[in-house]
Amino acid sequence: MCLAVPGKLTSINAGDPLTRTGTVDFSGIFMTVNLAFAPEAAVEDYVLVHAGIAIGTINKEEAARVMQYLAEISQSATEDDHR
Amino acid sequence: MKYIDEYRVPRAAEQYVREIRRITRRSWSIMEICGGQTHAIIKYGIDRLLPKQLRLLHGPGCPVCITAAEHIDQAIELALLPNVIFCSFGDMVRVPGTSSTLLVARAAGADVRVVYSPLESVAIAQQNPRHEVVLFGIGFETTAPAIAMAVQQAQMLNLKNFSLLSVLALVPPAITTLLDDPANTIDGFLAAGHVCTVMGYREYQPIADKYGVPIVVTGFEPLDILQGIHMTVAQLERGAATVENQYSRAVTAEGNLPAQKLIRDVFQTVDRNWRGIGSINQSGLALRPSFGDFDALHRFTLGRSHSQPELRCISGLILQGRNKPHECAVFGAECTPEHPLGATMVSGEGACAAYFRYRQQKIEPGGSIKDITK
Repeated sequence: MCLAVPGKLTSINAGDPLTRTGTVDFSGIFMTVNLAFAPEAAVEDYVLVHAGIAIGTINKEEAARVMQYLAEISQSATEDDHR
Repeated sequence: MKYIDEYRVPRAAEQYVREIRRITRRSWSIMEICGGQTHAIIKYGIDRLLPKQLRLLHGPGCPVCITAAEHIDQAIELALLPNVIFCSFGDMVRVPGTSSTLLVARAAGADVRVVYSPLESVAIAQQNPRHEVVLFGIGFETTAPAIAMAVQQAQMLNLKNFSLLSVLALVPPAITTLLDDPANTIDGFLAAGHVCTVMGYREYQPIADKYGVPIVVTGFEPLDILQGIHMTVAQLERGAATVENQYSRAVTAEGNLPAQKLIRDVFQTVDRNWRGIGSINQSGLALRPSFGDFDALHRFTLGRSHSQPELRCISGLILQGRNKPHECAVFGAECTPEHPLGATMVSGEGACAAYFRYRQQKIEPGGSIKDITK
C-alpha cells in the first residue's frame, strides 16, 4: 500500500503549484504524475511516485550508500581479522 | 529498472548476510513496520538467511489490514446508496467487513470503482455532476498527501458532489502502543521508508529515547532491508538506541515539507480503531471542520455497525508481531486468499498472504505445518 516506484521525469507540464504535472518513464511505461510535492524535480531526475503523485526525488549522491556501507563494514571486518 | 535492480544484487546480499552473522552475538527481535517490507522479506527469503538469534517480527504497517470492519461496513453502506459512485483502492474491495465486502456490494448493483490515484475520484466527480462521489481514504502518512490533495482540488473546483470517508492512520502512535504493551518483545524497528519520505524521521527520536529501542528508517529492496537489519543489530550489540536512516536516497530528516503542510491544512488527528489492535489515541486523520462539507460521515446518515470480530482469525496477534501466520489453526485451510477470514490474508502486503504466496506451506493432518519448499 505504501509502495512508491522510482521513475524518470521526462517532461514537465505547466500548471499552478497544486496541479503541476510531469510525464514519468517507468522503464518504458509512461504516466502523468502530479509534481506538487516535488517542486525541486527537474527533467532527467528520478521521482518516487505513490498513487499518482511524486512524494520525493531520488538523491543521486545518496543512492550508492547501500554499497558504500557494505564496503565500509567489510573493510572494518577485514581489519578486525588482521588484528 | 534504475534505482531498483541495483538493490537486488545477490552477491552483495550474500556479503550483507555474512556481515550480519559476523556481528550478531545475542538474540534479538526486530520488527519491520511496513507490509511492503514484510512482503519483500518473505518473497526473497531474507528471514531464512539470518542467523538463528535474529527474529523478524511482522508489524502492523498494512493499511488494508488495520482498517476496522466498522469502517468497511460504512463503506459498503455508502456504496449501496442510490446515486453514489464509491471510489476505492483495489486491495480494499475484497476485505471483509462484518458480513460483506465492497466487491459483493458491486455484484449487488453498487457503483464501486477502483482507482489508482485519489485524484481520479475528483475527475469522476467532475464528470458525474448528478452523482455523489465518495472516496474511501485509506492509508498511512505515505498516502495522506494524495488524499489531502484530492480534497483540496475538490474545494478549489467548488465540487458539491465529492466527499471522503477518511480512515487514514499514523504509524508512530502504533509503535508506542506496541512498546507500551507489557508483553512486548521488540528490541528494534525497521521504520517504514516511504512514510518517512513524507514525514521525515524526527518524530521517531523521542520514541527511541523513551523506550531505548533502535529505529532504522529502511527501504524496500533486499539490500535495503539487509542493510537496515545490519544497522539495527550493530546498534543493539553496542547498546545504542537511536534513529538512523538507511534509506537516505529517498528520506531526509525533515521529510517532504509541502506534503506535510497540506496534510496539516486538511486533516486533524483523532483516535482511530485499528483492526485487531483496538483504539489508539491520536492515531488517525480526519478532515478539519473547515473541510466538513467534504466529510462523507457528515453528508450521509449511516446506520450503526455491529461489527463482530471473526473469532477464528488471529490477525490482531499477527499485526502485533506476537504470532506468525503459519501458527494460525485456519491458515491455508479455511483461510486462503480466495476465502480470507481476516484482512492479513486479503491484502497483498498482509503477512498471511505473503506466507501463503511465497512459502507454499500446507497444513498437515493434525495441524502441524510442513514447508514443501524445503
